[in-house]
Amino acid sequence: MLSIETNETKKGMGIHARRILAYVVLILVSFLCLFWFYVLFVNATRSHGELTKGFTPIPSTYLLKNWQGVMAGTLPIVRGMFNSLFVALCSAALCTYFSTMTAYAIHVYDFKIKKFMFTFIMAVMTIPTQVTALGFLQLVSDMKLEDNFIPLIVPAIAAPVTFFYMKQYMESALPLSLVEAARIDGSGEFRTFNTIVVPLMKPAIAVQAIFTFVSSWNNYFTPALILHNDKMKTLPILIAQLRSADFLKFDMGQVYVTIAFSIFPVIVVYLILSKFIVQGVAMGSVKG
Amino acid sequence: MAKVKRGKVVSYNKWGYIFLIPFIVVYLIFQLVPLFRTFYYSFFENYRSGLTQIGPNFVGLQNFITIFKNPDIWIYTENTLIMWIMGFIPQIIVSLVLGAWFSDPSLRLKGQRFFKTVIYLPNLIMAAAFAMLFFTLFSEGGPINEILMQLGWISEPYKFLSNEWSTRSLVAFMNFLMWFGNTTILLMAGMMGIDTSLFEAAEVDGATSTQVFFKITLPLLRPILIYVMITSLIGGLQMFDVPQILTNGTGDPMRSTMTLIMYLNKHLFSKNYGMGGALSVILFIITGLLSLVVFKFSNKKD
Repeated sequence: MLSIETNETKKGMGIHARRILAYVVLILVSFLCLFWFYVLFVNATRSHGELTKGFTPIPSTYLLKNWQGVMAGTLPIVRGMFNSLFVALCSAALCTYFSTMTAYAIHVYDFKIKKFMFTFIMAVMTIPTQVTALGFLQLVSDMKLEDNFIPLIVPAIAAPVTFFYMKQYMESALPLSLVEAARIDGSGEFRTFNTIVVPLMKPAIAVQAIFTFVSSWNNYFTPALILHNDKMKTLPILIAQLRSADFLKFDMGQVYVTIAFSIFPVIVVYLILSKFIVQGVAMGSVKG
Repeated sequence: MAKVKRGKVVSYNKWGYIFLIPFIVVYLIFQLVPLFRTFYYSFFENYRSGLTQIGPNFVGLQNFITIFKNPDIWIYTENTLIMWIMGFIPQIIVSLVLGAWFSDPSLRLKGQRFFKTVIYLPNLIMAAAFAMLFFTLFSEGGPINEILMQLGWISEPYKFLSNEWSTRSLVAFMNFLMWFGNTTILLMAGMMGIDTSLFEAAEVDGATSTQVFFKITLPLLRPILIYVMITSLIGGLQMFDVPQILTNGTGDPMRSTMTLIMYLNKHLFSKNYGMGGALSVILFIITGLLSLVVFKFSNKKD
């Protein structure tokens, strides 16, 4: 308390002035983040005719009509959402489970190639998926897996970043004595992993499941190269299709609803889970 | 006794290999083999010209020579770097300031959780949909032009996507919006890790908050700042979704927003595997070198 008092009398900006400045900037920045989504929401509720008349910040009543228009249109947007959902859920489940398993192998056991494996995984962590895309595409076409979700889901098993997060978390949350105790009680190694380690890792699994889900849901580059059949396309590909179509012929209200449809579900889920997500980002950074 | 115990330890440790099998198998099939294959393809002439398939013929380093001789790669590298820098500079400044405020206990900012939630939000939005949204908002008859005209700031619609610098600015601005929340949280975590006694000592010595920020916080944050910068640069080199959707893959106006990955994407779609492979190898090497820097710095921290 005393230090704050003295601070105010010094030549620097007073604490009150600094606090006000901070709030003003924070509100400005928050406005910058939210404004676009507010406009999106408002415009999704307005009819094409209203939209051409100019912008107003007050929502209108055409949301349902626009939605029905989209449903009657050619873009299989609901199908796209289910495709995205399926791929993202499977990726998140496989990625977290197997990354925990990989981290467990390195964390608990002592074996010859342990050190090498750890260094190897750390080294390949920053290789972008785009630079292996060419070989990946060839592989997918050799395996006849084009227009299939397998090449979008299965690779999630080997996720160096998730592995690293799990490994860090294990160091603070998984005492080796617990594993020893389970062994003494006669639990098999695989059973110990499933019934003791995985439940213990739940907080980390939740955080990583969210991140994997979101990055898979948002992924555009690889799916666009693999999925060509309309029935298999995920949301980002459909959005790109909307962009490349002749724009002026579209009903703008429907365009906004389509965009809103691919953005707002993520925002809603995020707002529900935001506590874990923001904490998760910070947690990864402190340890990383 | 000792012998028995030893045998037991070994029998447990074989599980280390077993638990590693899924990772190794999947990594080999879906990452390592494709990586080597990409390298392999970069040495072959292999493309489609109309309906005829040319190659694959072994041409050595010819693809690399062709790529570097063509001015395109330099233009696209420049575009990518310019748009990254235009997004990164405001990003690091805003993140530093917000991070300092969030982590300053004497400020006691209220609603921190709300603000952190809001600024992180754009990071989770599908980049493709976000770019599509900006395309409609900033189009000629779009709401931004309408608002600016209603405010009387402009008299006729401004063509944001017909001007080189306004298009680049839009891409940079979207990258800024999507990443500054993430950077703020990273830097804030780093600032919280600084020994508070240093701040107390500075306050006793009568330092202002500005002095504390420049003389204590910044120098101590250097490793994290470098980490943030290099990882952001690696991410920046992969810039794709936003300019691709915003410009419908053309990189217009005048290819001024065409990035390296958009270039690669073009080769992949036109099935020019030789050039695509060579470009991938170049990107791989650049990213590898940048990662080495990160690796060095994060090791130093310990």
